[in-house]
Amino acid sequence: MSIFNAIKRLFGMSDTPQNQTQKIVDTDIPEPKQASKSKLATETSIEKTEKEISTKINDDNKQSTETTEDSEYIDENIDSSTNTTIKSQKDKLEDSSLTTKDTKHYTTHHAIIGAGPCGVVAAETLRKENPTAEITLIGNENEPPYSRMAIPYLLINKIGEEGTHLRQSDHYQKQNINYLQQTVASVDANKNELVMADGSTLVYKKLLIAAGSHPIAPPIEGIDLPNVHSCWTLKDARQIASIAKEGSNVVLMGAGFIGCIILEALVKRGVKLSIIEMGSRMVPRMMDEKAGGLLEKWCIEKGVNVLTSTKITAIKESDGNMRVELDNGDKLVADLVISATGVKPNTAFLENSGIEVNDGITVNNKLQTNIENIYAAGDVAQGKDFSTGKYEVQAIQPTAVDHGRIAALNMSGKHVEHSGSLNMNVLDTLGLISHSFGLWMGVEGGDSVEIYNPDAYKYLNLRFGTDENADVLVGASTLGMTQHIGVLRGLIESKIHLKEWKEHLLVDPTRIMEAYLASTQELDNAV
Amino acid sequence: MQKSLHLDPAKCTGCLQCEMACSYEKLGEFNPSRSLIKVFSFHFEGRFAPYTCTQCDEAWCQRACPVDAITLDMSTGAKIVIEDKCVGCKVCTISCPFGTVNYVQQTGKVAKCDLCGGDPQCAKACPTDAITFIDANATGYDRMKAYAEKSLPSAEASA
Amino acid sequence: MSWTKKILRVNLTEGTCTPEPLNMEWANDYLGQRGLATKYLVEETDPTVDPLSPDNKMIMATGPLTGTMASTGGRYSVITKGPLTGAIACSNSGGFIGNEFKNAGWDMIIFEGKSPTPVYLYIEDDLTELRPADDLWGKSAWEADEMLHKIHQNPELKIAVIGRTAENGCLFAGVINDLHRAAGRSGVGTVMASKNLKAVAVYGTKGVGSLDNPDAFFEAVADGKEVLAENAVTGQGLPTYGTQVLMNVINSVGGLPAKNMRDVGFEGAENISGEAMHEPRPSDGKPNLTTNGACFGCTIACGRISSIDKTHFSIKDQADKTQYQGSSGGLEYEAAWSLGADTGVDDLDALTYVNFVCNEDGFDPITFGCTVAAAMELFEAGKITLEDTGGIELKFGSAEALVAITEQLVTGEGFGAEIAMGSKRLCEKYDAPELSMSVKGLEFPAYDPRGFQGIGLNYATSNRGACHVRGYTIASEVLGIPVKTEQTDTDGKPELVKAFQDATALVDSAGICLFTTFAWGMDNIAPQIDAACEGDWSVDKCLEAGERIWNMERIYNNAAGFTADDDTLPKRLLKEAIKSGPTEGQVNRLGEMLPQYYELRGWTPEGVPTAETISRLGL
Repeated sequence: MSIFNAIKRLFGMSDTPQNQTQKIVDTDIPEPKQASKSKLATETSIEKTEKEISTKINDDNKQSTETTEDSEYIDENIDSSTNTTIKSQKDKLEDSSLTTKDTKHYTTHHAIIGAGPCGVVAAETLRKENPTAEITLIGNENEPPYSRMAIPYLLINKIGEEGTHLRQSDHYQKQNINYLQQTVASVDANKNELVMADGSTLVYKKLLIAAGSHPIAPPIEGIDLPNVHSCWTLKDARQIASIAKEGSNVVLMGAGFIGCIILEALVKRGVKLSIIEMGSRMVPRMMDEKAGGLLEKWCIEKGVNVLTSTKITAIKESDGNMRVELDNGDKLVADLVISATGVKPNTAFLENSGIEVNDGITVNNKLQTNIENIYAAGDVAQGKDFSTGKYEVQAIQPTAVDHGRIAALNMSGKHVEHSGSLNMNVLDTLGLISHSFGLWMGVEGGDSVEIYNPDAYKYLNLRFGTDENADVLVGASTLGMTQHIGVLRGLIESKIHLKEWKEHLLVDPTRIMEAYLASTQELDNAV
Repeated sequence: MQKSLHLDPAKCTGCLQCEMACSYEKLGEFNPSRSLIKVFSFHFEGRFAPYTCTQCDEAWCQRACPVDAITLDMSTGAKIVIEDKCVGCKVCTISCPFGTVNYVQQTGKVAKCDLCGGDPQCAKACPTDAITFIDANATGYDRMKAYAEKSLPSAEASA
Repeated sequence: MSWTKKILRVNLTEGTCTPEPLNMEWANDYLGQRGLATKYLVEETDPTVDPLSPDNKMIMATGPLTGTMASTGGRYSVITKGPLTGAIACSNSGGFIGNEFKNAGWDMIIFEGKSPTPVYLYIEDDLTELRPADDLWGKSAWEADEMLHKIHQNPELKIAVIGRTAENGCLFAGVINDLHRAAGRSGVGTVMASKNLKAVAVYGTKGVGSLDNPDAFFEAVADGKEVLAENAVTGQGLPTYGTQVLMNVINSVGGLPAKNMRDVGFEGAENISGEAMHEPRPSDGKPNLTTNGACFGCTIACGRISSIDKTHFSIKDQADKTQYQGSSGGLEYEAAWSLGADTGVDDLDALTYVNFVCNEDGFDPITFGCTVAAAMELFEAGKITLEDTGGIELKFGSAEALVAITEQLVTGEGFGAEIAMGSKRLCEKYDAPELSMSVKGLEFPAYDPRGFQGIGLNYATSNRGACHVRGYTIASEVLGIPVKTEQTDTDGKPELVKAFQDATALVDSAGICLFTTFAWGMDNIAPQIDAACEGDWSVDKCLEAGERIWNMERIYNNAAGFTADDDTLPKRLLKEAIKSGPTEGQVNRLGEMLPQYYELRGWTPEGVPTAETISRLGL
């Protein structure tokens, strides 16, 4: 295989040996007669108004059901005693009264649990690879598929809710992807069946679990008070938006990645913000002492009350006033407390399913679980880390998307190995932009170089490997840099040997782009 | 036939006419700091390397975008940033392994080469034909591939 | 408009940076860069000021076309009173920093006073501040450049910086920008050092825009580029050979001075020519020339980027010279001549090495080479001894001596400290003032005034001393641009010199490169200025502005103490005839030309602009 193909593989680019067929393995499922517009269901958002959304929230537990009767894929033989909540855009347009109809049980080629970016990309990849397969995407929120990454921008009205939605509203219909708003209660791996919270079921041939993660609620007195929220879902965002007004007192619990992402939105909303972080610095899992320290200094300069090495001991409410008690004895008045202390994979529904779960769902390098026809991807999966080779939960957007694609390719019968996703992050904290890539904390025995210019809020740290990889970049972190950042990923993931350019970088690490070009392009062009 | 930008470091003199043309096209002013094509100077090596997005098929930027703000321009093959949709989250900037999507502080959004809708101004402005807009064969991705293969002898073994 | 209409006033004594609006009335009369900055200097300083005192000011200035798509539109100039000459000093440089000043929103920066401690000016758009430079002081220009890039974590930062020679008081230190471009002549770097200002680091993101008439601008600019591309000099000669295209040409027409201008014609010229730079060398099969490189916006790309043979004695096996193992800028013709022909050294690698040191430590290779040449003649005459030179055999033709003395100049040690004064002071000190090949204290470039009458008149009358780029009559006398004039004739030369001097003053004020004028006339230039700038910049107005600028500089110099007596050439060039070659028997006949030149200029026989001239030009 050519070197470049090797690089492509490293990046998880599709690369199928030519003798590989792309057709679906399971042939016992009838091929569809035509790409139907009225098949199962495609929940889309285009005509949905805000009002409809709120109606839906109110109807959370008694949702009206619509089904399509004409799908080729509906297996009428399966027990049909329970309701499913499957809606079709077409039917909805035809019958806006949202009538309840008889429910059925369904089968599908590919079921995807989770309608975040991972699930959506997986569905699209499956569609691309399998033009005729039945694909069902299941989301457990009463929203169209959307991106959590966009929530901070929703909070500052940079976008409306539709701006968070993944793809245009008719996309799923056009792609012939069934979108099902359901909460999967359990997986019966023996029967290849999903059981929904309302008792309805879905039989699959292959399953992708891309169920994502949920915020941890720290065990603190008062964590369940009405004005204590996480900031994870659109619903959370709506609630935060309704409380976090100009001048209101907001306490942000946790200065991790998510905390920092919403920090700016809160400041821009004009709230009086305090951030309480247990760790000794901000974003401890993305930045070292120097970078985290600079970020803290920056936030304080911008008027944010940052308290590191501080714990919230209790949140108390009396006479409608909330007080946040700290372990240093201080008390903070709060109209709103936002809990952002970390996330955990959504694996509870897999109990007794036979699917192996450790921190997240364990997968092999094809993102396959211990059960052959079940795959897992995204925040919920314990996928391979590019840098360490270990299988661990990364819970970041680019990884989720990579996972979704690679899992889908494997589900389509291709053999694509996931060589590991690079752990990387980008943060914009009140205008100060920071990044971390791979082994930003360095490796034992590897060289590193750093620029630290606190006055200018600039920081750059490059980490190199050891032994035969001594001239290979393995990690980096930056503060105050925005240009050509992606090349850090390129250098790390392609494991380019920098040769003499490593020495140049040790002298001046800002020359990263030149190092990349000199190492990848033919520059020896004597006149 | 779809065309691609062909970048030839051997012909580049580092004059930055391309950067001025690019920024003028996008902003109506000469502003190399915001050009979407960049010429890198290698003083010690005495080399100049024009560099911009190759509109690669993999489109990491497009896939990584959480709000679908990067789309394919079917007429040119360019991956283009829809300004109205971009929220400036920068995930694409760390996803593109070639470093050719950049965050622009002034706009709060990202920017990348869009081939000027099929009439790239950088190629027009280049006085030495270091930047040309020609049939897609043997340019862009293929070229990058050639570079990578040449520069990574050790990868052969691991492949 | 294309001016940003904003200037930055930096008071180094007070440590303040203050923006102020550009005086648009003056801009309308003096355009920008050289003309406009000189206007500010003239208005704000006493011409008799000691150039190295805090009362002198130093201005870094761009032109209205700087930072635009006009070809070569990236120039900036450093304007001050020069310590080498005591005359107006205006050194023009390309590279990339000129555009950066404009993009940061500044037409010019006026430095005044003197900082109590070393500082550098940091500019990022509207952010302007003086920062401590204690760590940078004592470092070479290259080292300081690298440190600043690192500190600011910005590879795009553009830097103008002085090297160690300026700090050591060398009177011909320049200001280096972008590692190998220089505001090189007259000692403007020495002035910068006297103010304790080590560097200016600038990053601009504001854009240069607001063209007065964009359609007309792009049309004029496109026309201009086409003319440059189709012209044999700017389209082929300069990109291929750089200014070094001239070495063999000038030698062959009997105009190449050698060995402190004692001779005309250099036997080793071919070895140090542009053609030689293309020849593969035995050691590694690579030519001296790596590539040609352009300054900002330049569609000519004459710049030489070269490397030294790694087996050459100047750098071979020397661990402390790794910085010279790669490529850098040079050799350009003037440097190749002064470091080579004028010292009799025809070792291309030695010259490249010395040129790199000039880049790294910021000094003028022309004055340096000529001063070494003068020292060699003094050595030959026994006026300088081995004792004076610390054992260096300062003989014509010795590459080893040239290299050794270069290294001493950088550290300011040994005889290097004497070379640092320039040839005029050196020759005076050793009691042979006639051996300094200079006018007003500034050494000659590479065209012998005996071989070219016009350039002799230009040298004699140039406002900054012996300088070819004040009125480059060689274009006409050798290349036939715009018309061929006989090089040994004096007829018509006063007119030619005046026309070149005035046009050059305008070009130097516009933000573009003088080399465009190998192909461009004012017909090409004026429309570009006119379309970019508000106001009506016709050919006539441009030429008048050029003449106004020239006269303003003259009045300044007169006020600084210069007289018609200083409009002369060394005796050697007026009396000692060329011994052989095509121009055998020639001396410069300045006396035939000068009175006519004064008259044409509207000056008195004493070289003073008449009241009528002053009033005609609105001075």
